[in-house]
Amino acid sequence: MATVKPRVKVPKSASAGEVITIKTLISHPMESGQRKDKEGNPIPRKIINKFTCEFNGQTVFSCDLDPAVSANPYLEFTAKVNEAGTFKFAWVDDDGSVYTHEQEIALK
Amino acid sequence: MTLTRRSMLTLSVGAAIGVAAGMRTGPAAASAEDAMAKVKEFAGGAEPATGTITLDAPEIAENGNTVPISVSVDSPMTDDDYVTSVAIYADGNPSPEVITFNFTPLSGEASATTRMRLAKTQNVIAVAKTSKGGVFMDKKEVKVTIGGCGG
Amino acid sequence: MKKQYLVSVAAIAMAGALSTAAVAGGPVDEKLVIDGEIEMTTRTAPPEGHPLDELISGWHYRTVETRALETDSFENPGMLGVEDGEQIWNTVEGTEGKSCASCHGDAAESMKDVGAHFPKWDAESGRPINIELQINKCRTERMGAEAYKFDKGGQKPLTAYIKRQSLGTPVSIDLSQGDMQSWWEKGKEMYYTRTGQLNLSCATCHEDHNGQFIRADHLSQGQINGFPTYRLKQGALVSVHNRFRGCIRDTRAEMPAAFSDELMALEVYVTWRGTGLSVETPAVRQ
Repeated sequence: MATVKPRVKVPKSASAGEVITIKTLISHPMESGQRKDKEGNPIPRKIINKFTCEFNGQTVFSCDLDPAVSANPYLEFTAKVNEAGTFKFAWVDDDGSVYTHEQEIALK
Repeated sequence: MTLTRRSMLTLSVGAAIGVAAGMRTGPAAASAEDAMAKVKEFAGGAEPATGTITLDAPEIAENGNTVPISVSVDSPMTDDDYVTSVAIYADGNPSPEVITFNFTPLSGEASATTRMRLAKTQNVIAVAKTSKGGVFMDKKEVKVTIGGCGG
Repeated sequence: MKKQYLVSVAAIAMAGALSTAAVAGGPVDEKLVIDGEIEMTTRTAPPEGHPLDELISGWHYRTVETRALETDSFENPGMLGVEDGEQIWNTVEGTEGKSCASCHGDAAESMKDVGAHFPKWDAESGRPINIELQINKCRTERMGAEAYKFDKGGQKPLTAYIKRQSLGTPVSIDLSQGDMQSWWEKGKEMYYTRTGQLNLSCATCHEDHNGQFIRADHLSQGQINGFPTYRLKQGALVSVHNRFRGCIRDTRAEMPAAFSDELMALEVYVTWRGTGLSVETPAVRQ
């Protein structure tokens, strides 16, 4: 049923130089490739294998995920905000799909 | 011999240990050596130091499917001195890799949290690399309870 | 004596675990506050005629990490399902060209507290219905859409979305409607009937031994105020009838079908056993 849908939590504003916490959650089964279906056939691996966070075009944080990351991958990290701008988030699926989300932040 | 409360207790403890010891067989698990080989590869030959990096993981995970872990590294996170990446490994999963966090000075801090899968009780290992060539490691054992009620 | 050992190793292991478990048992005393705002009633006095001294939400029986997942509606992975449910609420389906919202508008208003009072008596079918069956009624009678099959389509997310509108509201069902009382009686009988190869009733674990461990599992009172619940084991929302069936399977008994008379009666009775506890949907459990 579930369409892959990212959720992101970023503060609406920050003071210049402030380090903020960003939380992300995306609905995804993270099929590990280790499981078998009812007939005993292996279920092919299908995971989110990469996540990136950019701010105004510059990389803030990224990660490479393996099948040991839980279903509906949750990532929490920080970012230093020096100016107002836009965060761009991208999740890359094994099947080549890229799920994206953008969020703006203002300076206090 | 009569079945006393104590002998029954012993029996049930024995059964529980049998279960924990792997009556429930799954895919072949990575060995501690495999995980340490990965650590070495990631460290690029450097011997990881202790300290500076802190791995937070529960002592006991109620379910191995979703185990919250956090890592943080003390670092100024400036352009010429920052943590470039932190890799997480598990030495009892089918393969040791879990996740690699890549930081930049724009990260502000070298800290991250995620949720991971643990096939059984095992060590979780976090290794950090800095832009100055430092390598730091922390390790936590997480006990995974097996034998809960299914759904 | 040998023979007795052989009766059932599993049964002995279970009985052994039950008898030795008090060592590390008992619910945790803490407060559940969601998003730092919504105070939940997770411990309360039982309704009249209830066998327990205090009703305690399953939340208190979980580890600190599992409990933490429920306190933040962003970090709660069950909220992904609730958001799916919101989308379904607003999606037109069926021959009548209607969505849930076409009749019910904003769920935050129209469904507020509604989920806390199911199951309800359904005069038409002459039996109690839960939210899942109410949704199916709407789909077939108003929308011209097909009924959801058990746990399929939008059933779990939509049920979770509707129940989420009662977050914090104390559970209470009206047993004076129609024939509810006799379904309650039937559910009670089921609750106390030992069944399966392990010869366990619901009460064996959840009334007589809650707070203790059955092997590695910390037994709760088996309250259902948080369903559909996000279970870490499945990494997904789990419906209450799925959980009932799972428990019954674990006793090694034949499982009644979802929404059967047996499980509807059990849902009426078990819901009543949690009277006064806040709706926690989607709760997070192991």
